[in-house]
Amino acid sequence: MPEKFDAIVVGAGPAGIACAYELAKAGVNVLLLERGEYPGSKNVMGGVLYRQMMEEVIPDFHKEAPLERPIVEQRFMMMDRQSAVTFSYKGLEWAQEPYNNFTVLRAKFDQWFAQKAVEQGALLICETVALECIVEGGKVVGVRTDRPDGDLYADVVVLADGVNSLLAKGLGFHKEFRPDEVALATMEILKLDRKVIEDRFNLEEGQGCTIELFGDATKGILGTGFLYTNKDTLSIGVGTLLSGLIKHKIKPYELLEYVKTHPMIRPYLQGAEPQEYLAHLIPEGGYRSMPKVAGDGVLVVGDAAQLVNAIHREGSNMAMTSGRLAAETVVAAKARGDYSAATLDAYRQKLMDSFVGQDLKKYKDATHHFDKFPQYFEAYIPMMNRAAGTMLTVDGASKREKQKKIWRDIGSAKQKFRIARDIYRAWKVMK
Amino acid sequence: MSEATPAANRGQEQRETPGTQQAPGPQPPHGASGSAAVSAPAAKGSTIEEKQYLLRFNADTKSHLHVTDADVCLTKCPDKLCTIFCPAEVYKWEDVRMHVGYEGCHECGSCRIGCPHENIEWVYPKGGHGIVFRLG
Repeated sequence: MPEKFDAIVVGAGPAGIACAYELAKAGVNVLLLERGEYPGSKNVMGGVLYRQMMEEVIPDFHKEAPLERPIVEQRFMMMDRQSAVTFSYKGLEWAQEPYNNFTVLRAKFDQWFAQKAVEQGALLICETVALECIVEGGKVVGVRTDRPDGDLYADVVVLADGVNSLLAKGLGFHKEFRPDEVALATMEILKLDRKVIEDRFNLEEGQGCTIELFGDATKGILGTGFLYTNKDTLSIGVGTLLSGLIKHKIKPYELLEYVKTHPMIRPYLQGAEPQEYLAHLIPEGGYRSMPKVAGDGVLVVGDAAQLVNAIHREGSNMAMTSGRLAAETVVAAKARGDYSAATLDAYRQKLMDSFVGQDLKKYKDATHHFDKFPQYFEAYIPMMNRAAGTMLTVDGASKREKQKKIWRDIGSAKQKFRIARDIYRAWKVMK
Repeated sequence: MSEATPAANRGQEQRETPGTQQAPGPQPPHGASGSAAVSAPAAKGSTIEEKQYLLRFNADTKSHLHVTDADVCLTKCPDKLCTIFCPAEVYKWEDVRMHVGYEGCHECGSCRIGCPHENIEWVYPKGGHGIVFRLG
């Protein structure tokens, strides 16, 4: 008789671990499968972990989790080739409890988080690939793994197998993604003395800063770059839609080098030693790309369900919330002894009622809009830079002359109308 | 972490023989060794070869990536986009065929989604194999 669990969770990332943790805590017999050598060994993100959604799983986690730095300042750089207009918010309320977010290094953090699930009673098995769902009579009853005699059975299977989610695709929950539904991000982690980091980023001891990079960071292609402070490393990366790299025939690692050596960025990285280079896809299709998330005996969570808010670079928080809501649903299903699609659909409803569904809906057209109209990144950010440069350069010209020059730079009446229309359109897809 | 040994397998040809374990992935450029870039700190880790060198791989003996129809690459795909957008330079065009250096794969999935001819069979490496991120 093959082994049977109440639940199998495939994938030990934020969604899968949060789900397994909650299930184990509720007394559900849960198996957490991970294909890597250890949880985190295949997992990549820029590095921002949100306190609220993590705390909804493990209260006071920050007192023991391997975190890098609490973020006290978020900067946004609108970059041109030789200049940048920077906005920032720094708030000291973020430097103390309850905190807003933290940078983390995933290989360390995910191992710790998975260990917490194990302490709750989850069984973690690594180095095991779930090849497909076992379906009997239209119902998912387990997973086939790449281990000898590797069929594992459960009342419910939770797919937390990440952006590629071959398992959800195998069930027909989504078609293959298009290159404009995923962003390819590359990043590097560079070693730098912690005191140097604090001096360079204007931080008190232990505090952190994030910088998001727009415009020339991606050579005008839709996407963003980022530079985050860890304890004694920096994370720098750049992500663009895969379709953008294809269209412009740009090699992702050359784009990463372009960002690293950009005159607005290079001074931050001076003397920092590369430690690791990482590439990963980010699901950016948003609401319109979401697969079916609940079926007979199966739920889909995290990146596998395309739960990313690309505009606000949020994903790990949505992953954890989805994992938690999936667990709640499974616990209720277990109590009723009913794992049918109709019962498990409560997960979809909870998800769509939460901030996850609300935010995905709010920005459902945003990525598509900025992809379709490249002028925001290609033309308007350089224009903003020229305007700031003109206005702030003291060269004897009167301020009114400068305003006229900026107005002329915007172009003809027709172009001004076009910009006004684009601003309105941007507001419409973001409101 | 395993130290890559540049002297042991420098050059393209030897990449044809996959390592059984702890494969170092792509090789450093000719004339470079593990510490060659020290004299020019700004350039350290700047090439894809050097970036890949920072990584640990536990390569399987079998490839998890397969070109479905080699003829499609040769006759129907002038741009060979996978050689451009693959973040690990896994795909290299060698005269008449696509060389797939699966040992250095980040398992991101871009090639499966980005190949305009849907000509790449993509699965995960065997459990415990492939790339092993230590930090990020």
